Amino acid sequence: MAEPMGFFTDTTVCIGCKACEVACKSWNQISSTNGGQNVLSGDSYDNTRKLDGEHWRHVKFIEQFSEDRVSESRWLMMSDVCKHCVQAGCLEVCPTGAIIRTEFDTVVIQQDACIGCRACLPACPFGVIDINPVTHTAQKCTLCYDRMQVGMTPACAQACPTASIQFGPLVQLRKKAEDRVAQLHSQGKEEAYIYGDEAILGGLNSFYLLVDNPEVYGLPVAPKLPSRNLWRSSFAAAFGAAVLGLWGLVSLRTRKRGAKAEGPSSGDGGGDGGKKGAAP
Amino acid sequence: MHSDCIVIEGSNMAECHPVAFRWVMQAKLAGATVIHVDPRFTRTSAMADIHAPLRAGTDIAFLGGLIHHVIEHEKYFKEYVVHYTNAATLVRDDFKDTEELEGVFSGLHGYDGDPLNGFVGQYDTASWQYVSGDTGTQRAGDGAMTGQVSQNPAKRGDMAGKGPEVGANPPPQGPPFDGMVRAMKKPPPPRDETLQDPRCVFQIVKRHFSRYTPEMVERVTGCPKDVFLKVAEAITRNSNPERTTAFCYAVGWTQHTYGPQLIGTCAMLQLLLGNIGRPGGGILALRGHATIQGSTDIPTLYHSIHGYMPALSTLKQHETLADYLKTETLPASYWSNTPKFFVSYLKSMYGAAATVENDFGYGWHPRIAGDHSHLPMTIAMMEGRVKGMFAMGQNPAVGAQNARLQRKALAKLEWLVVKDNFETETAAFWRTSPEVQNGELKTEEIQTEVFLFPSAQVGEMDGSFTNTQRLVQWHAKAADPPGDCRSDLWFTVHLGKRLKAHYAASTLPRDQGIKHLVWDFDADHPEPGSRIPDEPDARKVLREVNGYRSADGRHLTSAAELKDDGSTTCASWIYCGIYPEPGKNLAESRVPDAPEGPQTHLGWAFAWPSNRRTLYNRASARPDGKPWSERKKYVWWDGKRWTGHDVPDFPLTKAPDAPAKPDAIGLDAHAGTDPFILKVDGKGWLFAPTGLVDGPLPTHYEPVESPVQNPLYKQQTSPVLKMWRRDDNVIASQDPRYPHVLTTYRLTEHHLSGVMSRWLPWLAELQPELFVELSPELAGAHGIDNLDLVRIATPRGAITAKALVTRRMRPLQIDGKTVHQVGLPWHWGYQGLVTGEVVNNLSALVGDPNVSIHEGKAFVCNVEKA
Repeated sequence: MAEPMGFFTDTTVCIGCKACEVACKSWNQISSTNGGQNVLSGDSYDNTRKLDGEHWRHVKFIEQFSEDRVSESRWLMMSDVCKHCVQAGCLEVCPTGAIIRTEFDTVVIQQDACIGCRACLPACPFGVIDINPVTHTAQKCTLCYDRMQVGMTPACAQACPTASIQFGPLVQLRKKAEDRVAQLHSQGKEEAYIYGDEAILGGLNSFYLLVDNPEVYGLPVAPKLPSRNLWRSSFAAAFGAAVLGLWGLVSLRTRKRGAKAEGPSSGDGGGDGGKKGAAP
Repeated sequence: MHSDCIVIEGSNMAECHPVAFRWVMQAKLAGATVIHVDPRFTRTSAMADIHAPLRAGTDIAFLGGLIHHVIEHEKYFKEYVVHYTNAATLVRDDFKDTEELEGVFSGLHGYDGDPLNGFVGQYDTASWQYVSGDTGTQRAGDGAMTGQVSQNPAKRGDMAGKGPEVGANPPPQGPPFDGMVRAMKKPPPPRDETLQDPRCVFQIVKRHFSRYTPEMVERVTGCPKDVFLKVAEAITRNSNPERTTAFCYAVGWTQHTYGPQLIGTCAMLQLLLGNIGRPGGGILALRGHATIQGSTDIPTLYHSIHGYMPALSTLKQHETLADYLKTETLPASYWSNTPKFFVSYLKSMYGAAATVENDFGYGWHPRIAGDHSHLPMTIAMMEGRVKGMFAMGQNPAVGAQNARLQRKALAKLEWLVVKDNFETETAAFWRTSPEVQNGELKTEEIQTEVFLFPSAQVGEMDGSFTNTQRLVQWHAKAADPPGDCRSDLWFTVHLGKRLKAHYAASTLPRDQGIKHLVWDFDADHPEPGSRIPDEPDARKVLREVNGYRSADGRHLTSAAELKDDGSTTCASWIYCGIYPEPGKNLAESRVPDAPEGPQTHLGWAFAWPSNRRTLYNRASARPDGKPWSERKKYVWWDGKRWTGHDVPDFPLTKAPDAPAKPDAIGLDAHAGTDPFILKVDGKGWLFAPTGLVDGPLPTHYEPVESPVQNPLYKQQTSPVLKMWRRDDNVIASQDPRYPHVLTTYRLTEHHLSGVMSRWLPWLAELQPELFVELSPELAGAHGIDNLDLVRIATPRGAITAKALVTRRMRPLQIDGKTVHQVGLPWHWGYQGLVTGEVVNNLSALVGDPNVSIHEGKAFVCNVEKA
């Protein structure tokens, strides 16, 4: 396996130019909202609204202004993307194995194996994946797998004019991020921190430097895998099954008792049903 | 990148120049303070350490306040100011300042020239001169260019009688012109280096800005005093031998009826702070279109020819070649070489036909006769005085001021050629414009014949871009353009060939110019595999621009090789050396400095002139030639010659203690401590005796349309601005019907009138609809909610747009009154994938008197729920 690769997005130098959104679409040839004839959202300068099947990069705009514009006056921008989680929920739930982990430790949906079943959509704690309206398959950032395979930088990072989006070996990115946080702290910007270290899903291979709480950026504070709940749901299922089974046994015994009185006909019927169910 | 503090004012740099903004962010990462002074809180403000809000159009008051602060608190860079600026130079006794004349300067009188030029008044600049000596001609920005008759006493009345040698020995009228230039030389003006003489420039500047106090700044601009003082503190802390501050501006400064004066205010401030000619200092004019810097160097402007030489004019003493050279040559300064530059230029126009006997074809060259810029041209079109128009990469139906008038003017043309990517609003005005929709224009009655030529894109042609910092970068063709699309080079060269063929048989004197025009750009061999065998060779254009020896065609390597006798051919002296030999195009060089190198990247492309990255860089060293500090070491005297990290902008072996030679011309007339080699006195000008027609010093005037009375002076607006009063160009000021300030601008997501973005789905979806930015305070007062349709009206018309209500807009307190600002991006039109109303329907045809730029950044409006 090659070295794990990822993105470090330093939101403090993001100018919200959306070059990443366009470069991503240009390289990956992704369609636009209503062929480009979108409507104004009225939500700051954000008109593409979210990550989905036709927006693999999305720039968020968060206006924080007090009435006097003095005590608070900030306009936060953040280019969001698939987190390429070390523990990836989408990958776990994909029934066809279309979602794979690559040699770069990134997560990719193989379009030719995706059946568009939507199972991965709710499995992603970040709401990254959606169905592309043209291909009807689940789509998201591939971290430009095709470009990486030939040693190129992903399109968004290449286009980013201020180096807000940085691409590289994860080890190096983690170090850069650490240094940048230290620099900001030394400049009195104590609020700067990294979102996406090992504490979150074993580490996000696409991680962020933020200056406000995750919720402000629309990110979950403690994202969970669908499989995290698996033992609970499994237990519930097993318990339920046991209860049902017991109830079944009890009712069977009851029915048998009744049958003794009424005759054996219903038991034959049940046998037919079982046969039918097994036939395919 | 080398700056310790960066002030962005008059520009939304992050949004409109995101690639250049990369370097601002690099500087910030290295610890620089970033300041944004702007009416709106934009994506640039979001990245800044300080955002100083101000009312649109009041930047002179803001910068004047900084000048006042710097002088009052003695924060100026004294040694720099005394030695490198004209602070010590004495000005004539009869000069009267705005302090004495309630907001105007001495010499104001009425304008009696062609009304088409638009002036409301005119200055006689005689009293603005130095006590004695030459201050040079009126160069770029000359009023004569925009329609004023040249009034320069240094070149007119004064010279005939008082010039030292004139009359006794009339100089010869042909090359070499050195004798003639020498005869024009005058002794340098007197100076008082103690800066105490009341007539010295420093004292005049001090008095002029005495009323620009922090309190006055707040009253005029609305910027809270404490924020203003924070800015003042940051720039003065970062301007000294150890540190430098840079200013970045764009059309937020230029598009005013006092745009050049506004930039001049900044230049004065930067000179006082010692930030010119030093690494990380300077004033960066951000250029908003691809190679628009190149299009002023090799100009598409009417008022200058290549390399910033003034256009030949019927309004100046330009009868003969000798007349032109006498009028336009500065005997002291590098401009003393004007005869060499100009004759070499004429050789590039007319080749072998240009000879000593025929003044190198001088008489064949077209001349201007007034202001032929866009504003009066539109009026002339309306009046039926213009027959045809080429719109190449230009979409006036959306992008030009008072766009309704523009579209109606298009209908008066006999023919219109549009060469662009798509059928623009200009190309389609005759069928889809609002005027056709509402019946004002009827398609069947429009006589204009419209030709639409599809354009090739940048990747489909060879060529060059010259960007903001004068860096010329070559780009190579990657693929043929599709279908009939052709490069602008192809179009222009073939049009020229057809015109030459058309006039080939003419014997009329007026046609001799085009007959003799050298027009040899055909490729020697068609590009292998290309569908377009007749694509011209862009390198041949570059060769003509660079220059060569007329006799044998050997490429020139530097402007120092240019001659005034016709033996050299060079279209643009400032680009000379870019193509020093066949096969060596320096615009193609791509060798960056190593990370530990000086970071001037002299091996990356070519910066004119002479691959110099910072102009006037001799000022980066002390008068004795040593660096001001180790930290800001850049160019220095090593005991024998000038050397350093950049190409020195100074004679290489001229010692720092070299005295000025009183009888010499050119740079020999300057001392070893005179860094400003293009100035006649070698000094940076804190006071401009010539070059500007609206005053030697900047003064705060209100925009033509303003909701308030000028709090600083009785004079409300510039007394010499350009205005065209017409029923279809109504102006209203301090009119209660239009109580708000309206400003227009661009967004990152679109480019200009949208021709390169509104047709593209990937960009259209990002900003799909026109919107108007309003503060919640203003929106609340009119019952407007976010996304409501809003009607915005000015005296020229009204449009509707969706409301974007945001606290990024804020009301300001101006002179005790609440003033709201309304913001409109102007990218939309009636063609393309996403459409919207034309914001420039609201703007007005008014202009600056120096360069005829319009006032698109500040006018008045009203808003109401639609």
